[in-house]
Amino acid sequence: MVSIDVWNASVDFPIFDAKSRSLKKAVLGKVGGKIGTEQKVPIIEALHDISISLKEGDKVGLVGHNGAGKSTLLRLLAGIYEPTRGSSRIVGKIAPVFDLGVGMDPEISGLENIMIRGLFLGMSRKQMEKRVDDIAEFTELGDYLQMPLRTYSTGMRVRLALGVVTSIDPEILLLDEGIGAVDAAFLNKARARLVDLVDRSGMLVFASHQDDLLFELCDTAIWMDEGQMKQRGSLREVLTAYKGKDPFAHLDQEALERLGEPPVLTSKSGEV
Amino acid sequence: MPATATAEEQAPPTHRESRSWGRAWEDIAEGVKQRELWGHLGWQDIKQRYRRSVIGPLWITLSMAITAAGLGLLYSQLFGSPIGTFLPYITVGFIVWNFILGCLTEGTDTFIRNEGLIKHLPAPLTVYALRMVWRLTLMFAHNMLVYFVVLAIFWSYLTTPGYQISPGGLQQPGLSWNVVLAIPAFAVLAFNGGWVAILFGIISTRYRDIPQVIISLTQLLFFMTPIVWTTDILTRVGPDGGGRWRVLVAELNPLYHYIEILRAPLLGNTQSWHHWAVVGAFTVLGWAVALLAMRNYRARISYWV
Repeated sequence: MVSIDVWNASVDFPIFDAKSRSLKKAVLGKVGGKIGTEQKVPIIEALHDISISLKEGDKVGLVGHNGAGKSTLLRLLAGIYEPTRGSSRIVGKIAPVFDLGVGMDPEISGLENIMIRGLFLGMSRKQMEKRVDDIAEFTELGDYLQMPLRTYSTGMRVRLALGVVTSIDPEILLLDEGIGAVDAAFLNKARARLVDLVDRSGMLVFASHQDDLLFELCDTAIWMDEGQMKQRGSLREVLTAYKGKDPFAHLDQEALERLGEPPVLTSKSGEV
Repeated sequence: MPATATAEEQAPPTHRESRSWGRAWEDIAEGVKQRELWGHLGWQDIKQRYRRSVIGPLWITLSMAITAAGLGLLYSQLFGSPIGTFLPYITVGFIVWNFILGCLTEGTDTFIRNEGLIKHLPAPLTVYALRMVWRLTLMFAHNMLVYFVVLAIFWSYLTTPGYQISPGGLQQPGLSWNVVLAIPAFAVLAFNGGWVAILFGIISTRYRDIPQVIISLTQLLFFMTPIVWTTDILTRVGPDGGGRWRVLVAELNPLYHYIEILRAPLLGNTQSWHHWAVVGAFTVLGWAVALLAMRNYRARISYWV
């Protein structure tokens, strides 16, 4: 059973500046009082009192301004940050796709990076070798996979990262905004795979500023503001509140039907 | 917010405390289990370092060979020792020292250098410690090629029972089947590399001065440890019978014991069990402190890097 539960969790980052990060203050500071002890380290409260319970089949979009805590929340959900206060429990195989520049080695080939990512996500070498062809086909990178990663464009890196996470049958998929860098054709292909994946056995949390991507992948949403959950509800409700207007309003009829949304918000059709 | 409501109904779990022995132990067990991951990463590091060079990782072997030959020639002349025994002594000393030096200096870097991975992929921290130990083990294996060449060249010197490393020094029993003791000795060294990587890694991630402290101390430690000189010098009693205290220079240095458990069998030197005892005590103590650090600060590493 796949689930993520977070109880009253806060994430506080200590900011060690050059002075307080060194031993100098901790050791020398002993002379003459409490200058430069732990309490003097400034703290950034990135997340404050978050309680979420996610279960199988949830497709959640994260919206909010820059610095609202979306990425930090994703890392909390991934178990990378354990809450400094409160607690969390994560059950399931996690596949995160965060900042695409990091976590990949630019000097080694795409194939090697596929292997390392796969191993990190709990695959064995044999299992990954079986999947490499599938990933190569899906990403359409072909011979480029032999090239060092530094020769890749951002979109190509996204393809690679998405290729890996969608091929390993993860249960919890956490995507940060970077994946918008791929072209429309590939995004369509990826969407089919992601939707299929979530339907089969999973959960998706997706932070994005692009409404169209959110429409395609998510049905509920969380609005993050200044490290707190400001609103949680259906994607349309939250986006309407966040943007101040119904983002579905200007979609054409065909798109609305595909997404299974009524032309106007709420059941009270006719009035918005 | 229906989903939030259900979360509040359930009691928050108490058994998943971040600061617990269970979580620390789980991290280590999970990390060890991901053998393919750290194995791959460690090997990748080696390949990476020598990418696009013609002879690749053989540079490790070659540079060790050059150092060993050069220093062996120089110091055997300086100390007036036969090259056939002194060059192998320096070579093996250097190979073992390189491993220990790697653990100390790269150990401080364990988590700092993996910042990107730690912040982007959830994985046990132990993976990064094992990656480092495995990388150093592979380098050690490359360096051992030099040992085998040196052994082949100076075979007759080292197998002579009663040979002396430096004139007037201790009589050594000569190379024998005791050489197999080198295998458990290296295993113990690598096992110690584990706690060094975890403990030094955690402290250095929090206090960024520690790596600099370690680097400046290792230079001194190298000269304080019997690597380019032998303990024969220390045991030599002065004309007035004094100077016995000098033995302590080596005995009080834990690195001497670490080097000796591996060097002695490889050279067919007298093996004293007290080296094993000292190393054993440090192993237990080191792991105990490392586990404590792991328990208290494991969850903080991703915040600190």
